[in-house]
This record gives sequence, C-alpha cells and structure tokens, in this order.
Amino acid sequence: MADEVVLLDFWPSPFGMRVRIALAEKGIKYEYKDEDLRNKSPLLLQMNPVHKKIPVLIHNGKPICESLIAVQYIDEIWNDKAPLLPSDAYQRAHARFWADYVDKKLYDYGRKIWTTKGEEQEAAKKEFLDCLKVLEGELGDKLYFGGDNLGFVDVVLIPFYSWFSVYEALGNFSTEAESPKFIAWAKRCLEIESVAKSLPDQHKVHDFVMLMRKKFGLD
Amino acid sequence: MASNNVKLLGAWASPFVLRVRIALNIKSVNYEFLQETFGSKSQLLLQSNPVYKKIPVLIHADKPISESSIIVHYIDEVWASGPSILPSDPYHRATARFWATYIDDKWFPSLSGIARAQGEEARKALIQQVEEGLELLEDAFGKCSKGKAFFGGESIGFLDIAFGCFLGWLRAAEAMNGVKLIHEAKTPGLAKWAEKFTADGAVKEVLPETQRLVEFSKVLQAKMRDSIPKP
Repeated sequence: MADEVVLLDFWPSPFGMRVRIALAEKGIKYEYKDEDLRNKSPLLLQMNPVHKKIPVLIHNGKPICESLIAVQYIDEIWNDKAPLLPSDAYQRAHARFWADYVDKKLYDYGRKIWTTKGEEQEAAKKEFLDCLKVLEGELGDKLYFGGDNLGFVDVVLIPFYSWFSVYEALGNFSTEAESPKFIAWAKRCLEIESVAKSLPDQHKVHDFVMLMRKKFGLD
Repeated sequence: MASNNVKLLGAWASPFVLRVRIALNIKSVNYEFLQETFGSKSQLLLQSNPVYKKIPVLIHADKPISESSIIVHYIDEVWASGPSILPSDPYHRATARFWATYIDDKWFPSLSGIARAQGEEARKALIQQVEEGLELLEDAFGKCSKGKAFFGGESIGFLDIAFGCFLGWLRAAEAMNGVKLIHEAKTPGLAKWAEKFTADGAVKEVLPETQRLVEFSKVLQAKMRDSIPKP
C-alpha cells in the first residue's frame, strides 16, 4: 500500500521547515498544503483541534502535530535511510536536550526581536546572541550537531537561519561578526539539498515580516 | 547493578522528579536519591545541569541527563528488558508525546498558576482552564486506553507518568480551593484512572501526600508574598 503523506504548513514557519527537511532527507513524496493562518482550512481544524496550528503531518489520514514529534515520527517510520537521531541512548538524550533548548530559548528570544521595541528588544537580542554562543559551544569542532551528517538538532535549528536577515535588521547586529562558527555551520547545512529546498529565501521572509510588523503597528 | 551507578538529583515535592522515580521503579532500577535543599542548589546540580540548573537530573555512570521527559525516554531505552514505558507503535508514541507536551506547555501552567493568581477573577479563570484541559484529557484517555485501565493500556506508560505525576498537586489544589477538578461525573474515565494510578506499585511509595503538598504550597505562597515589594 502506497503511503499517503500530506503536510499542512505555512511557508515562513521554521517549525514547518523542520518537517520539510526531515521528509526530504528520507526521500518521502508528499503533498504540501500552504495554510492561510487568518482563514484556517477545515482540514487543519480537524487534524489539530487542540492547537489549530501548523505544521501538521498527515500520514495515511492520521495527524501528527508538533514539529519535534513529527520529525521523530518520520525518523522512526522511515528508518531505512538518513537516521536523524543517534542510535546510542545517551547520544539520543543529548540530541533531544539540545532540540528542546532551541525551542525553549532561541525561538522565544528571536520572536521578541521582531515583535518588540526598546529595552525589551535589546534584552531579547542579548539573550539571543548568548544562545548562539552556547550552541556554538555545543557544536564544537563537529561539522554538524549530528556529527559528520545532518542530525536531529541540525534539522531543528537550521530553519531559524532563514529568519536571520529579520533578526539582524531589527536587532541591528551581524551574526557573522558575533558568531562566525554558527554562520559557517549554517552555510554547510545549506549545501545539503534537503535543507536548501526546504528553506525559503531570507529576503522573502524579511519582506513578509516587515509586512506583518506594519500590520501589528510595530513600525 | 550497584545503586551508586544511578543517581537522581531531585526533591520530594517536584512532579517532574516524580516522573523519573516512577520510571525507575517500573524498571526496578536501584538508585541513590539525592535531595536538593529547597532554596539552594548543590555543586553537583550546577555541574550536572549547567544550562538550566534544575532538577530532575539523572546521573548514570557519571553521565548526566536533564529534562524529565527526556530522562524517561532514556530510562525506557537503556533498561530495555524491563516493562515498556513508551508505546511500541510509532503513531501511539507520537500521540503519547503530543499529550505529554500539551500537559507540560498548557495544562500544568494553568494548575500551578492557581496558587499564584492575583485576585478572585484570575483564580476562577485558571480553574476553568484546568477543567477545560481535563475534558480534553478525558477524551484522550478514552482514545488511548481503549477500555483498559491506563493511557498506556494494561500497565502504566509514558503518558500515565507524564500526567499522573501532577495528581498530588492536583489534589492539593482541590483541597486549597474547595473544588473538585477530576470529577466522577464530568471526567469519569480520569477519576477511575487516578485511583488506579496512585495505587500502582511503581507510584504509591513515591507520590507525595496531599496534605504535605498543601503545607508546602502555603510556605511557597508566603515566600512569594514576602518577596513582592510593598507599595
């Protein structure tokens, strides 16, 4: 029986990008559906009634919500190639810890950079840059967080790179200057096909966010 | 296996620490329980969890693992010969993880917010949020348990642990606010489940007593009041 895979997503969402990358890494064919978040589809509301959020992976009619859960699901179901999580239990716990760190810390501070002003924005920028340094420390001398190949943490983190032009423009900093190792890692990831085709162009994201800021009256 | 190979940094009142203790009990793992003193953090904790400096931290053969859900996954994977904690089917695993995340991100913050609520309106609103969440969880229980005793089926599993760890605090909140949150009429499935869960062999020795939590909550609330600058 052929697998039916659908992804409910929204093109600038870093959470959606994670699932796109995971599916691409595994070579899975799927139907991509871009949602209008101001007018959510009946399918989205049916598949994620609790949160009504994207991304939602639908596998043979059954929904899997929450990007970290969906990526792990993809890794477990299509376990014949490109393993994302390590096979060692301790390494797996380590990878899960850092993926969770990205969600707990980086996302929130990044969000504050583009949605706040003044002191709040300055504080968020400082925390954001501190996070990048912590992540650089965790990366160490490895090519990727996953070692020699793209792994779970890489998949979870790299989507935020498409938002860097936004953070840099609004936070008034250069990531290259502050965290060059991080940028080197990001560029290595973008050389991988599954990543390159899953991330939107930084300028497109930048223009979209500027439009949103006008709407929220932040400019 | 020698118990000093497995150490757990924790505290008796923490529901997150409780998750780890239940998981270790399910696997019959001997461990040394090192309790942190309330209000201070040990050198070992700061060394083992430098990122968050929080409990629980499991230290297995000198390797630290932090974050309760991650620790429970680790325990399930390392002590693979014991009873399974995560479901074997990937879709059921994803479902269990989904509800555990919901409980952590949405439901528990409402519950713990009740004691810190400023004013009657805020308190009532949070109680209502907790109740609405319990309705969702009642529905989830029906779907996950498929008529069996626990979310995990015949025996307690990941989602039972993720949710059940809060039962002590839930009962404390019921006592302190004069409400019934898990209700035989409104949430009959959860009412039966709660009784079975708290009586389970892996749980009953380590679940903190409701009265002790009520007293502890009063201490916390007093400390919070004292720390708020007076006008």
